[in-house]
Amino acid sequence: MENIYLTIVLAPLAGAIIAGFFGGKIGRTGAHSATIAGVGLSAALSLWVLSRFIWHDQPNFNGPVYTWMVSDGMHFEIGFLVDRLTALMMATVTFVSLMVHLYTIGYMADDAHNWPDGALTGKNSYQRFFSYISLFTFSMLMLVMSNNFMQLFFGWEAVGLVSYLLIGFWSTRESAIFANMKAFLVNRVGDFGFILGIAAIGMYFGSMDYAEVFAKAPEHADTQIAVFGGVSLMTLICILLFIGAMGKSAQVPLHVWLPDSMEGPTPISALIHAATMVTAGIFMVARMSPLFELSTTALSFVLIVGAVTAFFMGLIGLVQNDIKRVVAYSTLSQLGYMTAALGASAYAAGVFHLMTHAFFKALLFLAAGSVIIAMHHDQDIRNMGGLRKVMPITWITALIGSLALIAFPGFSGFFSKDAIIEAVHHSDVFGAGFGWVLLSIGAFVTALYSFRMYYLVFHGQPRMDEHTRSHLHETPWVVTVPLIALAIPSIFIGWYTVEPLLINNWLGDAIYVKPENDTLHVLADHWHGQTAFILHGMAAPPFWLAMGGLALATAIWLVLHRRNPNIDAEILAKAGPVTQVLENKYGFDDFNQKVFAGGGRGLGNMLWSTGDRTLIDGAVVNGSARLVGHLAGILRHLQTGYLYHYAIAMIIGLAGLLTVFVAL
Amino acid sequence: MLAEFPWLTLVIWLPILGGVAVIASGDGRSELTKRVALIVAVLTFVASLPLWLNFDAGYTGMQYVERASWIPSLGIEYYLGVDGISMPLILLTTFITIFVIIAGWDVITYRPSYYMGAFLIMEGIMVGVFSALDAILFYFFWEAMLIPMFIIIGVWGGPNRVYATIKFFLYTFFGSVFMLIALIYMYFQADSFSILDFHTLPLGMTAQVLIFVAFLLAFAVKVPMFPVHTWLPDAHVEAPTGGSVILAAIMLKIGGYGFLRFSLPITPDASAALDGLIIALSLIAVVYIGFVALVQQDMKKLIAYSSIAHMGFVTLGFFIVFSIVRQTGSDEGAVMGISGGMVQMISHGFISGALFLCVGVLYDRMHSRQIADYGGVINTMPWFGAFAVFFAMANAGLPGTSGFVGEFMVILATFRADFWYAFLAATTLILAAAFTLWMVKRVVFGPVGNDKVAALQDLNRREVLNLGVLAAATLAIGIWPKPLVDVMEPTIENLVQQVQVSKLPGSTDPVASLQP
Repeated sequence: MENIYLTIVLAPLAGAIIAGFFGGKIGRTGAHSATIAGVGLSAALSLWVLSRFIWHDQPNFNGPVYTWMVSDGMHFEIGFLVDRLTALMMATVTFVSLMVHLYTIGYMADDAHNWPDGALTGKNSYQRFFSYISLFTFSMLMLVMSNNFMQLFFGWEAVGLVSYLLIGFWSTRESAIFANMKAFLVNRVGDFGFILGIAAIGMYFGSMDYAEVFAKAPEHADTQIAVFGGVSLMTLICILLFIGAMGKSAQVPLHVWLPDSMEGPTPISALIHAATMVTAGIFMVARMSPLFELSTTALSFVLIVGAVTAFFMGLIGLVQNDIKRVVAYSTLSQLGYMTAALGASAYAAGVFHLMTHAFFKALLFLAAGSVIIAMHHDQDIRNMGGLRKVMPITWITALIGSLALIAFPGFSGFFSKDAIIEAVHHSDVFGAGFGWVLLSIGAFVTALYSFRMYYLVFHGQPRMDEHTRSHLHETPWVVTVPLIALAIPSIFIGWYTVEPLLINNWLGDAIYVKPENDTLHVLADHWHGQTAFILHGMAAPPFWLAMGGLALATAIWLVLHRRNPNIDAEILAKAGPVTQVLENKYGFDDFNQKVFAGGGRGLGNMLWSTGDRTLIDGAVVNGSARLVGHLAGILRHLQTGYLYHYAIAMIIGLAGLLTVFVAL
Repeated sequence: MLAEFPWLTLVIWLPILGGVAVIASGDGRSELTKRVALIVAVLTFVASLPLWLNFDAGYTGMQYVERASWIPSLGIEYYLGVDGISMPLILLTTFITIFVIIAGWDVITYRPSYYMGAFLIMEGIMVGVFSALDAILFYFFWEAMLIPMFIIIGVWGGPNRVYATIKFFLYTFFGSVFMLIALIYMYFQADSFSILDFHTLPLGMTAQVLIFVAFLLAFAVKVPMFPVHTWLPDAHVEAPTGGSVILAAIMLKIGGYGFLRFSLPITPDASAALDGLIIALSLIAVVYIGFVALVQQDMKKLIAYSSIAHMGFVTLGFFIVFSIVRQTGSDEGAVMGISGGMVQMISHGFISGALFLCVGVLYDRMHSRQIADYGGVINTMPWFGAFAVFFAMANAGLPGTSGFVGEFMVILATFRADFWYAFLAATTLILAAAFTLWMVKRVVFGPVGNDKVAALQDLNRREVLNLGVLAAATLAIGIWPKPLVDVMEPTIENLVQQVQVSKLPGSTDPVASLQP
């Protein structure tokens, strides 16, 4: 098996190297063929591995590939841990990645238009893009397949690097290169916590290996560490690791980079900033469940952060007019749901939502991209409308994605989101009640913003200019085939996987839940099949809230909008101060820009001018040089050049010396 | 058989004699002399390879020892040898010098053979510093190093080179005279100039503290540590590209090497007593200098400050041993700290060397180092942009590059001593990324900044070769640091044992301040 796992990881890397270094020689076809072959092989093998786990009771694999370093008796290995959780992630990542590769052929076909004349960067941009997304797939696989913390951190940062390269892909755009630096730096704030968490693990467990650390974790359940006057070691480790997850999975207050990351081309928004990379934090916490289970404080922190993100980021989605930003805020909100599930110890539900979300959110992004292609790269939903008539495939698949997103009964998102809300409802950790309220109202908000966008884009009168309208047409097959391929799991995957994942504990030993924290067992106890689950869900408040949101959205943006096309703007104007707060995104960006960016520069300038230049160089270094010069200036007067002066000095000196010697 | 061949002598004197020959041949046939210089540099590197290939990593003592009387009346010897600490640094020296020669190939038009010759002589002297086991021989090489560097900056430097050279010379010279006094004092105690004899010489606490301070002045200036770092940005700004590369990649490491070869083993009691000072200065270097680097307008100054911050990790890793023992009662993690500092030194040699070469590439074309004069360079120089982003990421400590390895090890080790030490050290993840990527954003990315940028030509083959090999080295250590660490660790383990044994006269106890 080891060779198969190696192939799964290295095939995309090989594709990336070929497309990246030889893109100019092999041309566009060569580049996308090489990368798609690599990712395709990887996806096929991953699905095969998953099928082995589902139907053949495949044993877990945990083994090293090579020893990275041995220092001070501590072994740092590169190795794989492939269990059911990993297999599920591998299949999701490689499948979505393959779809995005295909889609990119269509989306980036006319990328030359995005570059100024004569820019050499625009020459092989198509090939470079394929190289990056394959490199991303490699990095993400290294992350999910790792069996140790060091390699996890490698994958973690490597996906961050590719994200940086892709957000700033159109490097001549100021907004893009601002966004990519912001993304990297905000993620680094998370990684700052993450690496301290890893260091704590290194110190107390003496190993980077998951299996060893997890086995030893219960011994440290009551260990205290002398930080902040003494806290529980497990709480400190888990919160530090979770700070890393907050960066990568964009949880408040480290969420600020994700909306800006929409500056990148749409295929990567789907792949990296919706389906896979941003869920790395969710995966990581699920993987670390044996640690998180030992700290109720950390779980509570996770749950509250998740619920706050889920609700408040969803609200911002209501006032966005850029089609990609609406989907981006929706992603933030859904990541909040997943995080809240982790806090409620419903790791399986978090991972389940991660998977369903990967399909329907990738679908929504790719559909948005399809609309953007048709609209000649105008992304403002106020300029769209009526697209269902010209883009039937995009329309239907986007509708499917939206229904899955708002948890419409029977769609994949219904099962996963309902399970999360249910689990939080039954959780006993501090803040669970608060979280449940936010997540439930969040269901209303989700439906409202999703269908606001859906109606404004696909229904009503066309509002684009005449030129764009006359050129509207459905996008080519390389775009629509991935849409269809993602729409199918968006409908069905929940129905088929809810029972094994949540009820029958298919993930098995990959996840550890303390019996007293087990919030999903309530679900299992009342399990009477999918239909009963749906009916049960339809009796609960979150369902009615979601339907309320859908109804309200229909009333405003389908019915009233027909009569008054300005209704959107009028509502936002009436909500004056609230709109203002939402449009300012609660002021996070301004605050960061002023306090952290501005403050950092100010501090740097101050330290440099007063510390280095005035004190050290001015006072000490040049000061002592001046002092020496000054003294020398005085002493110079002794060197008069007159012989008799010297003679007298010698006589005085000789007399002095003689006196000393005689006296002694 | 091979081990008996005087490899070290060859690696020291081949470049020095070669350099003299290159200079003597003058600029009449500069194409030929440049080629000779390159051949000498490559041969020196080849001659240094056996030191690594036949190195016995399990043996903690000195290898390739050469010992002959030099000035018998004073007991001064020609005494050379390497261990796991000095051997990698010698290879780094012989490796980097090749690229300095290549980098100067076309761009140095004023007296090119003198330029090449100066670097070859410099190379031999630096190898001498790393391999000398006689204190006077060491001091001889240590001071001799200043002369070629003084000339390199003074002759081929920028407009303000006179200020920079004087500052550089006085700063470093000021540091080293105290070291000479300490060495002579120890000679009178040990009746020998052998550094290894100094290691076993019992010393009272007062003597140890004075010696420690004398060494600190010498090594802190070289590293450089806060607050004696201000010569470095000025020296870098005025130095020609090759001078900056040698300065950053190798000369700074001599300070770090000094701490391991002299301060820690010779004055363990004083080191244990004063380690708080070093840790504080190291952390200031990481945080304070990180902020200062952020606001630099000159690319070379920015990279110079970045070097100081990265060297803070080196000194932090070297001196964390005592805190670890005090905190945990065990020395577990101390070896990782010192190894991490060593890896950081080697890695910084590649990365900072490459970053200065990158600035050199731009400077050769535009004659400006100001960030504001650039913008959108990648539009006309995509290969350069790729390398610049790669080395910037390595400088920010991205895993998979060598920049990560040392920082990771030092953070892991430091955490054992104190959470807050590790906390402050780890801020480099944010700060180094901030100052490096902000520079990249303003120089490499964006729309084409001006007509001059629009007319830029991408890297030529020589430049691609230079940066490509350094990138490969950076990646190699990032992907598989084991061979490097394996070579060093036995020596470092030995050192960690050594520094825990008190050298106070008559004492066989652990170092005083480590006792519970």
